[in-house]
Amino acid sequence: MTARLALVGITKRFPGVLANSDIDLTVEPGEIHALLGENGAGKSTLVKIIYGVLQADAGSMQWEGRPVAVPDPRAARALGIGMVFQHFSLFEAMTVLENVALGLDQPEPMGKLAERVRAVSAAYGLPLDPGREVYTLSVGERQRIEIVRCLLGAPKLLIMDEPTSVLTPQEVEVLFATLRRLAAEGVSILYISHKLREIEALCHRATVLRGGRVVAVCDPRTESAASMARMMIGAELRMPAHREGVTTGAVRLAVDRLSLPAESMHGVALRDIGFEVRGGEVFGIAGVAGNGQAELMLALSGERPAPRAEAMRIDGRPCGTLGAARRRRRGLSCVPEERNGHAAIPDLSLVENAVLTAHRRRALLAGGFIRAGRAAAFAREIVRDFDVRTPGIDMPASSLSGGNLQKFVFGREILQEPGVLVVSQPTWGVDAGAAAAIHRALLALAGRGAAVVVISQDLDELLALSDRLAVINLGVLSAPMAAQHVSTEQLGLLMGGVHGGSAPAGIASLELAHAD
Amino acid sequence: MRIRIERRPIVSRPLLYLTPPLAVVATMLVCFGLFAVMGDNPARSLYAFFIAPLLSGNGLAELGVKAAPLVMIAVGLAAGFRANVWNIGAEGQLTLGAICGGGVALAFWNQPGGWILPLMCLAGILGGMIWAAIPAFLRVVLGVNEILTSLMLTYVASLFLAILVYGPWKDPEGFNYPQSRMFSPAETLPILIPGTRLHLGVVVALLIAIAAWLVMSRSMLGFQIRAAGLAPAAARYAGFSRARLVWITMLASGGLAGLAGVFEVAGPIGQLIPTLTPGYGFTAIIVAFLGRLDPLGIILAGLVVALSYIGGDNAQVVAGLPAATTGLVQGLLLFLLLASDFLVRYRLRIAAPRTTPLPVKAPA
Amino acid sequence: MTASVLIPLLVTVVNSATPLLLAALGELVVERSGVLNLGIEGMMLVGAVCAFATMTLTGSDTLAVLAGAAAGAALSLVFGVLTLTLVANQVATGLALTIFGIGLSALIGKGFTGHPVPALPRLSLHGVSDLPVAGALLFRYDALVYFGLLMTPAIAWFLARSRAGLILRAVGEADLSAHSIGYDVIRIRYLAVLFGGAMSGLGGAYLSLAYTPLWVEDMTAGRGWIALALVVFAAWRPWRVLAGAWLFGGVTVLQLFLQGSGRLPVPSQVLAMVPYLATIIVLTIMSSGALRGRLEAPACLGKPFRPAS
Repeated sequence: MTARLALVGITKRFPGVLANSDIDLTVEPGEIHALLGENGAGKSTLVKIIYGVLQADAGSMQWEGRPVAVPDPRAARALGIGMVFQHFSLFEAMTVLENVALGLDQPEPMGKLAERVRAVSAAYGLPLDPGREVYTLSVGERQRIEIVRCLLGAPKLLIMDEPTSVLTPQEVEVLFATLRRLAAEGVSILYISHKLREIEALCHRATVLRGGRVVAVCDPRTESAASMARMMIGAELRMPAHREGVTTGAVRLAVDRLSLPAESMHGVALRDIGFEVRGGEVFGIAGVAGNGQAELMLALSGERPAPRAEAMRIDGRPCGTLGAARRRRRGLSCVPEERNGHAAIPDLSLVENAVLTAHRRRALLAGGFIRAGRAAAFAREIVRDFDVRTPGIDMPASSLSGGNLQKFVFGREILQEPGVLVVSQPTWGVDAGAAAAIHRALLALAGRGAAVVVISQDLDELLALSDRLAVINLGVLSAPMAAQHVSTEQLGLLMGGVHGGSAPAGIASLELAHAD
Repeated sequence: MRIRIERRPIVSRPLLYLTPPLAVVATMLVCFGLFAVMGDNPARSLYAFFIAPLLSGNGLAELGVKAAPLVMIAVGLAAGFRANVWNIGAEGQLTLGAICGGGVALAFWNQPGGWILPLMCLAGILGGMIWAAIPAFLRVVLGVNEILTSLMLTYVASLFLAILVYGPWKDPEGFNYPQSRMFSPAETLPILIPGTRLHLGVVVALLIAIAAWLVMSRSMLGFQIRAAGLAPAAARYAGFSRARLVWITMLASGGLAGLAGVFEVAGPIGQLIPTLTPGYGFTAIIVAFLGRLDPLGIILAGLVVALSYIGGDNAQVVAGLPAATTGLVQGLLLFLLLASDFLVRYRLRIAAPRTTPLPVKAPA
Repeated sequence: MTASVLIPLLVTVVNSATPLLLAALGELVVERSGVLNLGIEGMMLVGAVCAFATMTLTGSDTLAVLAGAAAGAALSLVFGVLTLTLVANQVATGLALTIFGIGLSALIGKGFTGHPVPALPRLSLHGVSDLPVAGALLFRYDALVYFGLLMTPAIAWFLARSRAGLILRAVGEADLSAHSIGYDVIRIRYLAVLFGGAMSGLGGAYLSLAYTPLWVEDMTAGRGWIALALVVFAAWRPWRVLAGAWLFGGVTVLQLFLQGSGRLPVPSQVLAMVPYLATIIVLTIMSSGALRGRLEAPACLGKPFRPAS
């Protein structure tokens, strides 16, 4: 049997980075093949080369035994390669049908296409309304568009780039059923992930990448999660040990019936959010992407103040109507999800990025002018204390790798000794070493008496860090639960909008009905 | 082998400052070809345009006189551009500044007193600010794009000036020409070098640029302006008020344009006339970019662009080039500068077929 | 007001709306592809002077019109190279285009100032054009007026119904998505920019060949900027561009009419301010009228695009 896809010696270099180095990979017909590696290992680069979005600097590709060149995605689709992107390639303001049509190389009449969309989505349990506009859909539904768009081309190889980060555990099961069925029909699937349990459950074979190179090829059904983790990060997987006997102090952050309308038509409205976090406590907020986490972050940081002062209190003092600068003065620090252009300014130096939020709490100003010496000293302190790898503090933030920049941002906020720290996706796109350092720093800050809120889509991370956690779904926050007594399944149900039987049904449960 | 365009991980500092002079040289080269096509001796035209004005004392003085308003306006605009505030109506703000300053001059005509000139300046600054406040208000409160509103107000301002000089402010002894009285001595800027037109305003413009450089590069306000332009979300996260920065940059650029207007009418012109400038308010946009939005760079850029005005006039007389050549050269200069910007942010690389591996680093 | 006054007045409205309509329709297509070209004024002027010069030199109105379109397109190509290939700031480049266009048109037009040319021929259908009211109102315009009127439904159809239009909108809506599923974003934007340039050139040609038939420096008098405002006013919809162009044509004509009649006790300059003030007022109403206008703006409008390769 000839392999469906065979890569030999693929190499790809970006300025200053060798993303793929001499990579070999084969995928058999009907095989679900995992491409495993931690963030930054070069997985996305490799599949973009296969799909023709990027061009390799060296190496060759064979398709069903024949050498081929894939200059663009059109050529990939002509071969029978389909791809579901991690960051969807969708057009928000357009309808499902228009989105599907844009992904087809042979134009067909819209009426006929709508019927085919309905047929394919019904056949594979992926319900879709062709007339809906994309911005009105949930993230899970959006992924369905991408999958249906691929399936319409009857692919022989389906590439899925981190497909489950936007799904609830229950939706993941449905997706897996679809993928297994496709594989049974002879479709090859290249499944990119860094989630070991998923790969164990789904895949027939795994190629492990580290630092842009293939370090192992294995059968995940016979490997343990721990052994695969070792291959992936080259060391033991270290999750922070859960802290025992945490002594918590007074309530430092109190959020009470916080509601905010959606900022745009694409946004989510926050409804009656309420929770309290005590000093020394880590409070986790779980949820599927796009359920109001970004909005909650903006509301807590003060980038979008609330109409009521009492909607939020820091150390007992109402501050709901205050802006970001004044909340920071009260002892609040925040680290938003996006580093580039939100938490940091890529074009400015590390010194200037240090000034961005610390100018007041670290007294870096005198008479409206920046005290250059003090600012540089603070930047040096961050670099030293948080082990930021950089040639110098005058380098622009854009020169740092994702993990190093994240450590810098966390250092800047934590060294201001905030009373309350709110962070979103603290280890997203960060290598394992930096992630561990950030986790340690968060727990240490809580240990010094600060209240810490962690918003994350990574349940493992939340269960490891949090003392209590709650789930956000469609802008509504569930009741908090103690982290020791909660199961993944329970969280999954909440993430899908099922609130312990007596929940507001509405759209949330429709979501699940769709998934069944 | 193929050529690949790559984004530089770090903006090239040397190229950032090298490209503006490069663009000036490239402009001269293109002009050489252009003048040749237009049928003149290109070397002679080029000499008349770019070199001859620099060889006389009076030419140098004129350079200062023309550069002063350009620098003042460009310094204000550059602050706005850095914050992504696109005030392109400086010409209108200059006109309103001239009207307000000129109004004061006409009201106190032929009266003695050292206080009149400062009062004129104050009125001019205020006038420019008021004219800039309209687009600022519309942008901040109602979300209206300031590009179009500030530009439209330029047309309104020049019509307003026309109403005045054709009507109530017309010189009663001026043989019905559309112009005001000549301002009296107390209302005219002192001349620094007798026999030239080099006036006090030139020094003031220089001081303003230096002060602006201090504010933009060293102060928290300057930092906020730069941050807001580079990463609006980060500025919001830091708690910098967007509305406040729009107001500050619009009012500052309007006020400076207004002051430049007063300097024109109280300096080289000496009265109000229907057309005050050869488009300084628009040309200042070129100056701002050519100076890399940096006040010190703008001083140099202002001199270069001022040269294109004087050179244009000179070439008209000496080499018979049409007056419109000046605008063409200025537009060309900005084009070539914007094109050369590409080199600052990107680099061309020749991708070899097989490459030896570099030390591995985590990819972005 | 009698028909003898009203009909010529309405005809003038349609005529004065035509340059705005042509330029704004072109810019609408450009902006729908995600590109903001602020250089309409410059392209219109160069289109106007090239059309006029061609008319004077060859006497052929067809060649003149084509020269106007080609000149506009040529200038927009400069814009395209700078913003699309060299990723320059679109706002700055658009401003440069206008400054450059003003200078270039003045230079080209130096020898042509003050010599009128015969205006573009008007439609003359035997019997139909002489009809009492409808004849004057509908059947006696020149070709560019009808072209503008035809382009409105054509562009509306193109954007809403054709596959090429769908792709164009997709590129303006999410350039990275379009790129990742295999569309050549830059090529599509080049085509849109060139089309916009040609339409602006035609708008300018209409001014110098039909509206005044004269070349005067700076004869567009801000129409390029008003056309930009029209696109915002129209919320990026072709039919609303037509309505907006007629509205502004109406304002302009009313203003000229009142100036000519000399019945209002104000200086003529006050009336001349009206179109500019009207633009500001209309923009204000559109921008603050709920969030509508902003939401309909193409999501990638004015943002630079340069994919990794």
